[in-house]
Amino acid sequence: MKRVTLALSLALAAGLSAQAADAQTLKTIKDRGMLSCGVSQGLPGFSSPDDKGNWTGIDVDVCRAIAAAVLNDTTKIKFVPLSAKDRFTALQSGEIDVLSRNTTWTVSRDTSLGANFTGVTYYDGQGFMVKKSLKVNSALELNSASVCVQTGTTTELNLADYFKANNMKYEVIAFGTIDEAIKAYESGRCDVFTDDSSGLYASRLKLTNPADHIVLPEIISKEPLGPMVRHGDDQWFDIVKWTLFAMVTAEELGITQKNVDEMAKSDKPELKRVLGTDGNLGEQLGLTKDWVIRIVKAVGNYGEAFDRNVGAGSPLKISRGINNLWTKGGLQYAPPIR
Amino acid sequence: MGVEARKPPLQFALKLRRALGGKAGWNGVAVQLVFGTILAWMAYEIISNARTNLETQHIAAGFGFLQNSASFDVNQTLIPYSGSDTYFRVFLVGVLNTLLVSVVGIFFATVIGFVVALCRLSPNWLVSRVGGLYVEAIRNLPLLFQILFWYLAVLAALPAPRQSISIFNTVFLNNRGVIVPSPLAQPGFVPFLVVLTLGIVASLALHSYARRALFAEGRAIRIWPYVLTLIIGLPLVTTLVFGMPITFEWPQLKGFNFAGGARIIPEFVALTVGLSTYTAAFIAEIVRAGILSVHKGQMEAGSSLGLSRGATLRLIVVPQAMRVIVPPLTNQYLNLTKNSSLAVAIGYPDLVSVFAGTSLSQTGQAIEIIAMTMGVYLLTSLITSAVMSIYGWRLNRSLGA
Repeated sequence: MKRVTLALSLALAAGLSAQAADAQTLKTIKDRGMLSCGVSQGLPGFSSPDDKGNWTGIDVDVCRAIAAAVLNDTTKIKFVPLSAKDRFTALQSGEIDVLSRNTTWTVSRDTSLGANFTGVTYYDGQGFMVKKSLKVNSALELNSASVCVQTGTTTELNLADYFKANNMKYEVIAFGTIDEAIKAYESGRCDVFTDDSSGLYASRLKLTNPADHIVLPEIISKEPLGPMVRHGDDQWFDIVKWTLFAMVTAEELGITQKNVDEMAKSDKPELKRVLGTDGNLGEQLGLTKDWVIRIVKAVGNYGEAFDRNVGAGSPLKISRGINNLWTKGGLQYAPPIR
Repeated sequence: MGVEARKPPLQFALKLRRALGGKAGWNGVAVQLVFGTILAWMAYEIISNARTNLETQHIAAGFGFLQNSASFDVNQTLIPYSGSDTYFRVFLVGVLNTLLVSVVGIFFATVIGFVVALCRLSPNWLVSRVGGLYVEAIRNLPLLFQILFWYLAVLAALPAPRQSISIFNTVFLNNRGVIVPSPLAQPGFVPFLVVLTLGIVASLALHSYARRALFAEGRAIRIWPYVLTLIIGLPLVTTLVFGMPITFEWPQLKGFNFAGGARIIPEFVALTVGLSTYTAAFIAEIVRAGILSVHKGQMEAGSSLGLSRGATLRLIVVPQAMRVIVPPLTNQYLNLTKNSSLAVAIGYPDLVSVFAGTSLSQTGQAIEIIAMTMGVYLLTSLITSAVMSIYGWRLNRSLGA
């Protein structure tokens, strides 16, 4: 762990001293023929490798969508697994082009890291998981509990705030990776495991007896998770931002992986604009006219990606909730593509 | 006019030439200066470039963040700390936790190492094989694996707080650690402490007096009854006068865990045990080598004087072996200190975990934080080796070498 951080820091120092900020991410990626995408070290539903080394998850699909839009090839991606504490250094040092790793959007991260959030892939919130046998029904009954947490996350800060605000004592045991934290929780070192609630459901699947554990009803924080890019390249920022918006727009317009070719033949003005049969919106972004078609063909619309990775079609079975489209009472809303 | 004595060449210039130029003379010095200038220029270029680029990319830089409030908690702190304290405080907490585990680890590693080495050298077949087995088993397994083993094995074996193993209802053992009654100072504590300190100082003086009497005049003085009175008797008398010096706060099961009492967290235990047993295996070999380096005639001389094996080792062999032992022993101490950064794997809040880990990712100021962390390890290592050098120097002097 330490060695990775050290190496990244040295790379950061070296990268920063080499030359001025590279403002040509798009060109670099095209020349290289490869998108370098920072993901987690294994969080089912968001980004995790299977036994053959194929990455899946909603964060991974964002990477795939970007690769489809830029390179028209979803296999030309180098996934870089990063721990919570190494992720920003990897982005700053230029090792990755985009960080799509369940990262919470906060003002301090947006301003002091030399990076920008491009949008929200998943609206999350922090929760607690306990063993059923403890017979705890609310997070307010957790006074004097021991809590396992992954270090270097907003989770750790919310935890401190929550217990302080409710005048409860607790003991925090912070681990370098989520797997170590889960293992300690399972072995009984902690009463409680805390993480973003989507992460709790995903981690619960890794436990020996998932049914012995419950997620408490309290959601103690806002955790909008989204991709991040380096400062200083507005074109690249736009591309990553609008890739996600394109997925949301596609769902709104009912464009799916299956019907996208058919939709492209439609003469509805909005569909023609979005799918590039009319106008040059894609070219303005520095991409091709059919950028949305490429994205949807690669990963489907936002709803399809959600269902496949975290929703009804996945082992996690998380309901859409606030991640539904704004037209269906959720928060996912894309500015118009026009 | 007599012949003037030739002016002696400038001492300083000569020394400089020898130090920098070596055999190459002034040419060598010139090359060194050019090289030094290039190095300095590169360093300047790297630093100033990094600084401008950090600025243009709006990455926060500088040490101002140390004054910001950290707002996360740490589960073992030697100084009072809460989430509203600053990052600098977190830094101190981390440094102290690292030092604590290093010092305790070094102590136990040395003790275990010496014991194992003596076992291995023992004439008893069984004891020497057990010593050999220990060394071979421990030093050939990766340290991280051993620490995880201790952590997960210790945890798996211990019960939950509500089923704690209790020892006379005072000390409790569970998977949250060892809970012991915590001492609370009473009014009688200060006089007790003063008398105890005086007793210890007086005993030490007595000891050195007795030693001198033995070595200089050949008089053996029996001092242990006096020492006993000084260290145990007198402080007991003060408790009669001033009342108990301390009372204990007893741990009680409340909610999820024990409230009251002091607690040693399992992360600390696992890390200390892992580090000290691992390093002990190396120390044992160093000590064995040191002892074997002393000529066996010394051992025989001891026995022919009628000294027991233990006394021969203690008085004759080990003091001579120390000269060989100290330099590689220092290496092991430094290794142990640096290896303590494996703490992050088991959630022990050492410097790397709370500062180069949590603080780094909360502030994103990698360059500053990594530099500070490296500085601490460097400083600790330099101090350790300085102390060991002084010890080695004194040892050599006392052996007249």
